[in-house]
Amino acid sequence: MAMMAMKIRNSASRRTTTTMASRQISSGLRSMSSWWKNVEPAPKDPILGVTEAFLADPSPDKVNVGVGAYRDDNGKPVVLECVREAERRIAGASFMEYLPMGGSVEMVEETLKLAYGKNSEFIKDKRIAAVQSLSGTGACRLFADFQKRFRPDSQIYIPVPTWSNHHNIWRDAQVPQKTYHYYHPETKGLDFSGLMDDVKNAPEGSFFLLHACAHNPTGVDPTEEQWREISQLFKAKKHFAFFDMAYQGFASGDPRKDAKSIRIFLEDGHHIGISQSYAKNMGLYGQRVGCLSVLCEDEKQAVTVKSQLQQLARPMYSNPPLHGAQIVSIILGDPQLKNQWLQEVKIMADRIIGMRTTLRESLEKLGSPLSWEHVTKQIGMFCYSGLTPEQVDRLTSEYHIYMTRNGRISMAGVTTGNVEYLANAIHEVTKSS
Amino acid sequence: MNTNDFSSSSSSSSPSDRRIGALLRHLTAGTDADRVSSVFASPTSGVAGGSVFAHLVQAPEDAILGVTIAYNKDPSPIKLNLGVGAYRTEEGKPLVLNVVRKAEQQLINDRSRIKEYLPIVGLGEFNKLSAKLILGADSPAIRENRVTTVECLSGTGSLRVGGEFLARHYHQKTIYIPQPTWGNHPKIFTLAGLSVKTYRYYDPSTRGLNFQGLLEDLGAAPQGSIVLLHACAHNPTGVDPTLEQWEQIRKLMRSKGLMPFFDSAYQGFASGSLDTDAKPIRMFVADGGELLVAQSYAKNMGLYGERVGALSIVCKAADVAGRVESQLKLVIRPMYSNPPIHGASIVAVILRDRNLFNEWTLELKAMADRIISMRKQLFEALRARGTPGDWTHIIKQIGMFTFTGLNPAQVSYMTKEYHIYMTSDGRISMAGLSSKTVPHLADAIHAVVTKAL
Repeated sequence: MAMMAMKIRNSASRRTTTTMASRQISSGLRSMSSWWKNVEPAPKDPILGVTEAFLADPSPDKVNVGVGAYRDDNGKPVVLECVREAERRIAGASFMEYLPMGGSVEMVEETLKLAYGKNSEFIKDKRIAAVQSLSGTGACRLFADFQKRFRPDSQIYIPVPTWSNHHNIWRDAQVPQKTYHYYHPETKGLDFSGLMDDVKNAPEGSFFLLHACAHNPTGVDPTEEQWREISQLFKAKKHFAFFDMAYQGFASGDPRKDAKSIRIFLEDGHHIGISQSYAKNMGLYGQRVGCLSVLCEDEKQAVTVKSQLQQLARPMYSNPPLHGAQIVSIILGDPQLKNQWLQEVKIMADRIIGMRTTLRESLEKLGSPLSWEHVTKQIGMFCYSGLTPEQVDRLTSEYHIYMTRNGRISMAGVTTGNVEYLANAIHEVTKSS
Repeated sequence: MNTNDFSSSSSSSSPSDRRIGALLRHLTAGTDADRVSSVFASPTSGVAGGSVFAHLVQAPEDAILGVTIAYNKDPSPIKLNLGVGAYRTEEGKPLVLNVVRKAEQQLINDRSRIKEYLPIVGLGEFNKLSAKLILGADSPAIRENRVTTVECLSGTGSLRVGGEFLARHYHQKTIYIPQPTWGNHPKIFTLAGLSVKTYRYYDPSTRGLNFQGLLEDLGAAPQGSIVLLHACAHNPTGVDPTLEQWEQIRKLMRSKGLMPFFDSAYQGFASGSLDTDAKPIRMFVADGGELLVAQSYAKNMGLYGERVGALSIVCKAADVAGRVESQLKLVIRPMYSNPPIHGASIVAVILRDRNLFNEWTLELKAMADRIISMRKQLFEALRARGTPGDWTHIIKQIGMFTFTGLNPAQVSYMTKEYHIYMTSDGRISMAGLSSKTVPHLADAIHAVVTKAL
């Protein structure tokens, strides 16, 4: 209506210039309200919001034990030496052409060896459908989309608790979620009988998300014996096991040991799916490099499944990013660099294990009335401290210590420089418990 | 694409086994005839029931990427790959821009650079510079803080994130895409949760724009519908509206409240000028209205494999832009958490440095000029051969691709007899041509046009 009126006005007045006309049109448009008026501000991400708050804090005593990125003993982020060398070799030397939809074949081959074993019969028989993915998140999301498309009636069983983004991923993929017992708040360990009950009671052929090692956020892993029992029950129930392995090498310092759960399931004949990430164990966080694999009945099926995974990747990002994949290929393809990497991973894991010991000892020395055994029993980057949200809030407001409100402490953020301060603060907020 | 053309005739297996065999040879590093012949379904041992994915069927090969696969298989010394749209030099080699090499060195030499997770929205500096690049440094929308820009995985990722956002928050769930368009467009938007319709665009009889049809179809679209627009160098046809036509499109769309979603994959690559190629978008911004734009640095900075791009949403007001950004984060986090750092860092180094930026514009112009030169040479070569038909569309169309007007039968003949590879819709990538190979292509086109096919 406004447009019509303007047109009449313009044709009536011969003096109207183009700029006047367009200004009138613009102002007419500006008077229309935004299409996005009703867009609500989204809640901040619970994990990434912690670092934002930390960065905004001016206190010199502040400690960030929030997001799970490794820090050295000076509290500094680390770029592995093997990665620096790989990047030196890449710079100036490579073309930047598109990777295939399934990513770098070389990188994927090396990555499968890590998860399935260097001499895995499944690799030899080409039974694994595998594609390069956007780190662990991308691998989980691709699998969730794949699950939705080809098993539309299925649900995903997710442990309680889990990495919060797991819920977002399967929700956006429109796969209904159920939970299974995992963490036992009283023991601060595994609720094994609760877990087994839930596995038993789930309908036959259910899909389960399992953390291969270094469970996030609790750091609580089943023992080898417990994994064997879980695997047997899965067999009896014909369940599908999807492993999220984001910390291989980072948990114990030994990649082979950290893949034990997966190897047990493979020995028992399960056709599993795996999400692998190089974010932590190679420090390639921002490069977004990982791998999704699905073990199939035979080579033909693996080709088929891979083709369908690619069909899901193409309308999401066409093909995955090159740089991180090149770094991984160079490191894992060069025996010397690979050895260097294994050493550097062990150093990171050992430092964290050392900090666990120091933190526990410090709390015990302070005469804490609580048990802190779980600090050294748990494994990987995170410690599920048992702190309540209120205690966490006190740590932040009174001591400028930042962690997620579920009491998860990123041990990678603990250093010889801040461990006493941290122990003191925790003691202060818990001593009257 | 008929994959049976490329399968081996050795085995007596079924057609699907032969197709699997052919596909396997393309996918694996070396050719291993023994491995291929052993592809068949085998019973598995010790497994808890059959696979949960046993019912899957093989997905068809991607039409565009399949061309390169077939080309690689061809042993002919005169083969020519005019399939996928990646720039090639006059020597037929891929090109890494000088400014990119310089940026790489800068990044490597900076030992203090940390490569941890980017924020969900990506590299902040990159986002700001990208918005300036596409909207203009003096854009009122930027000055008024009405633009939210998020780093995404090249053009594909930007389109997908934008599509998902629209599907969740926009009141209309239909997007209109031009007929024809890049093959991946309908898939992207469908998976994003939108329903896809088309509007007339290409006129085969003129090999130009069907402007009437376009206006009619957009005019008939329901109020508020989303419309995908190729900012410049339309893929696959190379046919762009004139500025006058763009102005009419803008007027029509604003009068119907149609939401513009620009795909800008070739800024600078089409005409050689970054500002010229961004003009249609800036016209829409100038009227104060809202829009989305997906940017890619794959071609114009040669960063194909690094997957660098950006989605910008121009809003009416700054607080709206802030809320929109927060919702974009909810789309991105469950998809890949945060975008890759390397490519965006390269772009930021180049765009922020006056000298590197200028050098880039020169390299960009050189690429665009070479392509324009190929167009002229091909046109002249056909004229010299007296090839029947009107071939002026070759020099009228713009950007990396030419829609030759050849039909699938003709394309197939050119592949078989002349080892020239292109998509079956007759689209050729001019970037794959050189002065040396133009005569070969002209001969082939002349042959199929004069033959009765």
